Amino acid sequence: MAYIEIRWHGRAQQGIVTAAKMLGESCLRAGKYVQAFPEFGPERMGAPVRAYNRVSDEPIRLHCQVAEPKYILIADPTLIATVNVAEGAPDDAVFIVNTPKSLGEMQKELGLKSKSAKVYTLDASKISLENIGRNMPNTPLLGALAKATKVITLDALIDNFKENYSKKFSAKVIEGNIAAMRRGFQEVKGE
Amino acid sequence: MTTPAIKGQAGLTGNSAIAYGMKQINPDVCAAYPITPSTGIVEEFSGYVADGAVDTEFITVESEHSAMSACIGASAAGARVMTATSSQGLAYMWEMLYIASGMRLPIVLTDVNRALSAPINIHCDHSDSMGARDAGWIQLYSETVQEAYDNLLQAVRIAEHKDVMLPVMVCLDGFITSHAIENITLINDADVKEFIGEYQAAHPLLDTDNPVTYGAMTLPDTYMEFKHQQSKAIARSKDVVSEIGKEFGKKFGREYGLMEKYKLDDADAAIVILNSAAGTTKVAVDELRKAGKKVGILKPRLFRPLPYREIADALRNVKSVAVLDRVDSMNGFGGPLFNETRSALYELEKRPKVISRIFGLGGRDYKVKDAVQVFDELLKIADTGKVESLTKYIMNKES
Repeated sequence: MAYIEIRWHGRAQQGIVTAAKMLGESCLRAGKYVQAFPEFGPERMGAPVRAYNRVSDEPIRLHCQVAEPKYILIADPTLIATVNVAEGAPDDAVFIVNTPKSLGEMQKELGLKSKSAKVYTLDASKISLENIGRNMPNTPLLGALAKATKVITLDALIDNFKENYSKKFSAKVIEGNIAAMRRGFQEVKGE
Repeated sequence: MTTPAIKGQAGLTGNSAIAYGMKQINPDVCAAYPITPSTGIVEEFSGYVADGAVDTEFITVESEHSAMSACIGASAAGARVMTATSSQGLAYMWEMLYIASGMRLPIVLTDVNRALSAPINIHCDHSDSMGARDAGWIQLYSETVQEAYDNLLQAVRIAEHKDVMLPVMVCLDGFITSHAIENITLINDADVKEFIGEYQAAHPLLDTDNPVTYGAMTLPDTYMEFKHQQSKAIARSKDVVSEIGKEFGKKFGREYGLMEKYKLDDADAAIVILNSAAGTTKVAVDELRKAGKKVGILKPRLFRPLPYREIADALRNVKSVAVLDRVDSMNGFGGPLFNETRSALYELEKRPKVISRIFGLGGRDYKVKDAVQVFDELLKIADTGKVESLTKYIMNKES
């Protein structure tokens, strides 16, 4: 079975569970089979959290943890020092990191041994502060994922967000997050 | 080859799908006390109540014991009643579970499977529902979000069927299914309404023109007649489950039987397993089949009553069977599904070798390679006829 696995690293309240949910919904709208699920531990604000996606053209029967994620999104760069963010990553894994640091610095910090691994960076916290008014790096990261990979398009992310979240959030929040997705798409840097 | 996802599908977690199904069913009464990982069901359903999307009398109670007590009272009064719980919550309902079934009340409960304390753990295993397996409730198990939703709708019909009149428990795996978004095809409200129909209780307490007594004291001269009738009713429910599963298939395109057989017909070795882990096992079967190994799966959907004849028939031609329980009976002799499957096979003249493997307790991950390992062991047993260890834990811990 051909499927893509994605892992999100963040801290509780940074919105990565929602990001995985939004990605799953967007892929589903694009005609894919999806899974989106969090890994829960004792919940407290600021604790390291992981969330996962599987995306496939065929029904997904696996119900085990994501062990070999091709795409790894890191919402909080302080986790790199405390959590093994590269755990199980294949040689050609793609890392997308929220950081103000340069691409070179982040490559060094991640210390990836494989030469075929790719690293992308963006200052998602800054983008979200400027567009949403708080540190919520999830939507800029989704935009960056659309640019760096073929998992989903920016338009599909935006359409899903408008349709599924307009009832839940104010127009201002919707617009801010859409702007944040667009900026994530535009500002992500990679090799 | 690719099969695009079915148009019009939604992406919902198991909890959201159950809450949505409850909204469509629109029960008269729901009494619940939220507990992880089933909290989302009660939370979302109470939202539907607050929004006026349902007419349900939603009773917030101070414990699960009271939740089930309120369900029993409401059901005896003649209402269509639903609730949801997990783990300690189900354990706390314990004595009331028997009262619900003994009074023949068609209550539908969703159990989001979670381990029992101690030590405390919020993650999935089946110790809660398996602990309640002799409480007189019909039990349906669900591999996916879709199956959980479909089982819930059918549960209403099964429970209220005039030949049954028993409570039904719909089980799905905590976090793995309850908190995972998956593709699901929802049925429209009008079709759900038509499928479940209006509920008319046969002997409602509130029908004061025809007064009845529920839960009366019975002495040795009558208690056994009640239990005999109850025993016959749950045995009868098996055919009702089949019938309604077929009708559901005709109406909505997804047919349900008492069990699912996956590549079992020509298999030498089979794993018997419940709920979400059956999906992971299917992936292992596909891999091994590609390598020419004849392996398959039996996934019971109905565990109470136990379809023992159908289980024996399904496993008639395999040489070795591993029954994987996500719970230990703490009897020194394997899990409940193992013991009952093995007992069901006793009727066969030529019986396969049967081993017990305990896996996934307290949310321990169960991977494709674990299933592959069990199948390898089974194929060896099929060849040699020798069992090295009858019961064993699959620990699956790398560090």
